Amino acid sequence: MEIEYVRTTCPYCGCGCEILLETVDGRITQTLPSKTNPMNQGKLCIKGWNVHEFVQSPQRLTKPLLKKDGVLQEVSWDEALDFTASRLQEIKAKYGGDSMAFLSSAKCSNEENYLFQKFCRVGFGTNNVDHCARL
Amino acid sequence: MTNSIPEIEDADCIFIIGSNTSVAHPLIASRIYKAKAKGAKIIVADPRRIHVTSVADIHVRQKLGSDVALINGLMNVIVSKGLHDKPFIEERTEGFEKLEQTLKNYPPEKVSEITGVSVEDLEKIAITFASSDKSTILYAMGITQHSHGVDNVKSLANLSMLTGKIGKPSCGVNPLRGQNNVQGACDMGGLPNVYPAYQVVTDENNRKKFEQMWNTQLSSKVGFTIMEMMHGLEDGSIKGMVILGENPAGSDPDVKHVKHALEEAEFLAVIDIFLTDTAKIADVVFPGASFAEKDGTFSNTERNVLRIRKAVNPPGDAKPDWRIICDISTRFGLPMTYESPEKIFDEIALVTPSYAGLSYARLEKGPIPWPCPTKDHPGTPILHKDRFTRGRGLFHALEYRPPEELADEEFPTLLTTGRFFPHYHTGTMTRNSITLENEMSEGYIEIHPHDAKAIGLTSGENCKIVSRRGTVITKAVVTDIVEPGTIFMSFHFMEANANVLTNPALDPICKIPEYKVCAVRVEKLEESNSLETEVAANA
Repeated sequence: MEIEYVRTTCPYCGCGCEILLETVDGRITQTLPSKTNPMNQGKLCIKGWNVHEFVQSPQRLTKPLLKKDGVLQEVSWDEALDFTASRLQEIKAKYGGDSMAFLSSAKCSNEENYLFQKFCRVGFGTNNVDHCARL
Repeated sequence: MTNSIPEIEDADCIFIIGSNTSVAHPLIASRIYKAKAKGAKIIVADPRRIHVTSVADIHVRQKLGSDVALINGLMNVIVSKGLHDKPFIEERTEGFEKLEQTLKNYPPEKVSEITGVSVEDLEKIAITFASSDKSTILYAMGITQHSHGVDNVKSLANLSMLTGKIGKPSCGVNPLRGQNNVQGACDMGGLPNVYPAYQVVTDENNRKKFEQMWNTQLSSKVGFTIMEMMHGLEDGSIKGMVILGENPAGSDPDVKHVKHALEEAEFLAVIDIFLTDTAKIADVVFPGASFAEKDGTFSNTERNVLRIRKAVNPPGDAKPDWRIICDISTRFGLPMTYESPEKIFDEIALVTPSYAGLSYARLEKGPIPWPCPTKDHPGTPILHKDRFTRGRGLFHALEYRPPEELADEEFPTLLTTGRFFPHYHTGTMTRNSITLENEMSEGYIEIHPHDAKAIGLTSGENCKIVSRRGTVITKAVVTDIVEPGTIFMSFHFMEANANVLTNPALDPICKIPEYKVCAVRVEKLEESNSLETEVAANA
């Protein structure tokens, strides 16, 4: 049995509490608050204490899905990526880059948000990128 | 936030307005309790009797959407009693004369009439806030989610500058961000008018700089905001959309309308960890990784840049979102070959002046608040210490405007929205958490005993809520947490979502919708509508 503790940050609200995810043989077994972090000082809220539960929910998406005959069906990464790339190229060629819109995410990392807006601005020459800050 | 979270507990006066702190930011609420124990005065302005009012020295229940009038009234009292910080106003600000002129229109008696707050309470709050040594303002979406949200925020900045309570420890104007990385998404340029670090796209120098760094040609036209994108889908100016980890079909106002708009898209791709209501409409859905399955950084509400670290593998064939973006981009014809989030972060530091001094190596020792312009800079926990970003702080003379939709004969009740303690936003994460779902598995409205009695509604009974946009059936809880004439509801529960009802009226400047006020009608369900008919129909 291999137990590990990974220091990371709670993904719920804007507090940014530091947590330790306890993993046993590659599965998260519990969430613990960091005692040394000045933000949460050994405390967590009910959402934070249970944050690993949604991560391991059986409802998680595990495969790319593509709509065929009106129904989302599991497909390979190659099929989903090729389909997406060709649809994006078609729309850009037919209607121009300003006909695309991109919704970035306040739940994703800085790195992901940076790449996403770069993809929008460089790939399509448009500034049509926003996220839920105003919602 | 202009100041850091730990500073809150050393404040002498905490003014909480439009923040249900103990529910939405529990660990910030714990700082408020500590401050209270150290003798701080706690002032809460909230239409509901929320939990944090249990430690309040003063709680006032302003009418929904009357905040500009309330804050102008407080400033009127402060100026007329000579409690404003004259040296600070003189040395650090401009526009005071205009503000002073406008404040004359807001004598306490008139403000009391608009807001429902007594003249005595207005004076008590004004005197306590202005005469305490360290006074801080905490606010959240109760301030921003209005058709005059920008005016509300500017009014709070006015109050803070007027009393010289900014740029100092345990003071400041402090928005409590509702999402873990809403700060970071803004910092990274996930906005239609700015590149990373708020460098505006219409400025030619900024554009040239990014064109050079990204080796491309960029658009000088400000892009669409989220609500404009939805309108664009309907009028045909937007044909395709890529959505990363958001659920507009649950979170936007008037969701029936939003779902219809998304269905209009010729192409819709969604990257998410669950099959959200938005993902269900998509043509293609990519399975992303949760925070526990990837490396990266978040920027919290106090501007601290924090590491997230991979603990486990994503389930099945799911992949980290950064890798999915790279893969889509590369196949589209724009190669992205970053080996790791750290490599992406190094590029961020190159193009984002406020992050320029940050690196994974430095963050390993602990979070650092931006601006951090150089490798040896310690970070900036307190903003505006010696000067404001623009030089002098600008007062905005603002007039009160009522909410867009008011109660009338047909829709006599006002609905306001917010969160419940075990849940979060559209419930995508919390309703997939067994413990939290067991804690609260269905939503409800809060309705005042007086209003419930008038229509013969009792606690636990289902009722129908109707607005100009739609109808929702949910349980009623009869409570005086809300005032007569108002009800409260959340948007955690997709089967009974407040956003079916909410008004998509926007703030003219920042385009935030007015989630916090709309007109509805509460109806008791007819007996014949319920079980009996169903039984009869099945027989």
